[in-house]
Amino acid sequence: MAKKGLDDQGKGFGRREVLECMVWAGTGVLWTVGGGVPHSVGLIGEAAAAEPAGFAFLQMSDSHIGFDKAANPDALGTLREAVAKVKAMPTKPAFIIHTGDITHLSKPAEFDNADKVFGETGVQIHWVPGEHDIIDEERGKAYLERYGKGSKGAGWYSFDDHGVHFIGLVNVVDLKGGGLGNLGAEQLAWLEADLKDKSSSTPIVVFAHIPLQVIYKEWGWGTEDGMQALNLLKRFGSVTVLNGHIHQLAQKVEGNMTFHTALSTAFPQPAPGSAPWPGPMLVPADQLRSKLGLSTVTVMQGNKPLAIVDKTLAG
Amino acid sequence: MKTFTNRLRLAAPRFTPGRAVVIAMLFGPAVSALLAFGAVAAQEENAVTIDNFTFTAPELTVAAGTTVKWINHDDIPHTVVDKNKSFRSKALDTDDSFSYTFASAGTFDYFCGLHPHMVGKIIVK
Repeated sequence: MAKKGLDDQGKGFGRREVLECMVWAGTGVLWTVGGGVPHSVGLIGEAAAAEPAGFAFLQMSDSHIGFDKAANPDALGTLREAVAKVKAMPTKPAFIIHTGDITHLSKPAEFDNADKVFGETGVQIHWVPGEHDIIDEERGKAYLERYGKGSKGAGWYSFDDHGVHFIGLVNVVDLKGGGLGNLGAEQLAWLEADLKDKSSSTPIVVFAHIPLQVIYKEWGWGTEDGMQALNLLKRFGSVTVLNGHIHQLAQKVEGNMTFHTALSTAFPQPAPGSAPWPGPMLVPADQLRSKLGLSTVTVMQGNKPLAIVDKTLAG
Repeated sequence: MKTFTNRLRLAAPRFTPGRAVVIAMLFGPAVSALLAFGAVAAQEENAVTIDNFTFTAPELTVAAGTTVKWINHDDIPHTVVDKNKSFRSKALDTDDSFSYTFASAGTFDYFCGLHPHMVGKIIVK
């Protein structure tokens, strides 16, 4: 499918190939927000050149620092490669949203290594935890001490930038046996209050680790009470939902809502149901980088839609 | 176990066929017994293994007072969490294990706190 695009080596992309990349490629997704509806504008560099009036931020995900198994013996090394791509961008992104699983085992040294490499971007990072970030002895204390400043509960928060309302949700704590990701009543009540005074014309970007919509129940790829959160967002003209967890690109548009999951920078996972279990997918070493990446999101001022572009580490 | 049978095999050429038969007759039952013991040990009767995001056996029946051990063979960490909160392991990395002694009878439904679609059950009689 997007093979041609992935192997392009900078020879240029047609619209078709860009759209293909938007669906299944990815080193980073470049999101463009404008007028409230997301759309794709091109690869990171092209997007910045073609649409200079907006602002761009990045989505990075599932760094799994500390992972050293066969699927990628050097997760820190591939994160460094991703960060090098960020540093090489012609226009600096406004900030980075990290959709969780910063570390593999929540160890202090893993957080330290991640912070050091992410710090090289020189860009502010907004974090939400993945389930791998809250498995320290005190179940999330290490994460909150590092990244939880100004957040509520297990680490949820919101902020405004360039007229867009950003909401970081946590759906990896207090998971119930047999169930999926979980937001919980306290967080949903907070979300309702957070949105109460917002005009329906405010573009919304929601980000959380596990997909808010159910992508594949058998593997737990969804959020039990995710629909309750999405119902609170229904009245808004533009809602973009950014998730990680599944280590592959998946994108869907439903009315005013666009759903997007990002690539990991550490290792790929199989497509839903394509393997007996969802664990790290072993691919030939020379193909690994085409399965890892980040996303650029460009937010346009005026009446233009928001764009997401995924780029792999191979590109 | 493996080392022992290997030694026997290596030692065999030094004996005449007749002596080998005698030695086999002498040690045969002992070797069989050791093999049988090894098979049981490998299964670890009261152990639950975690492979490929699955608890095996998914349902285990034990007597009260039994210690059950969970071992994670995946390259992704898992946890073992009782639905009714009587036990909860720390995150088990590859080859880490967790043990819990079931003092009294009852049914214990448990799951992985990281991947809650992974479920299992211990029945204590």
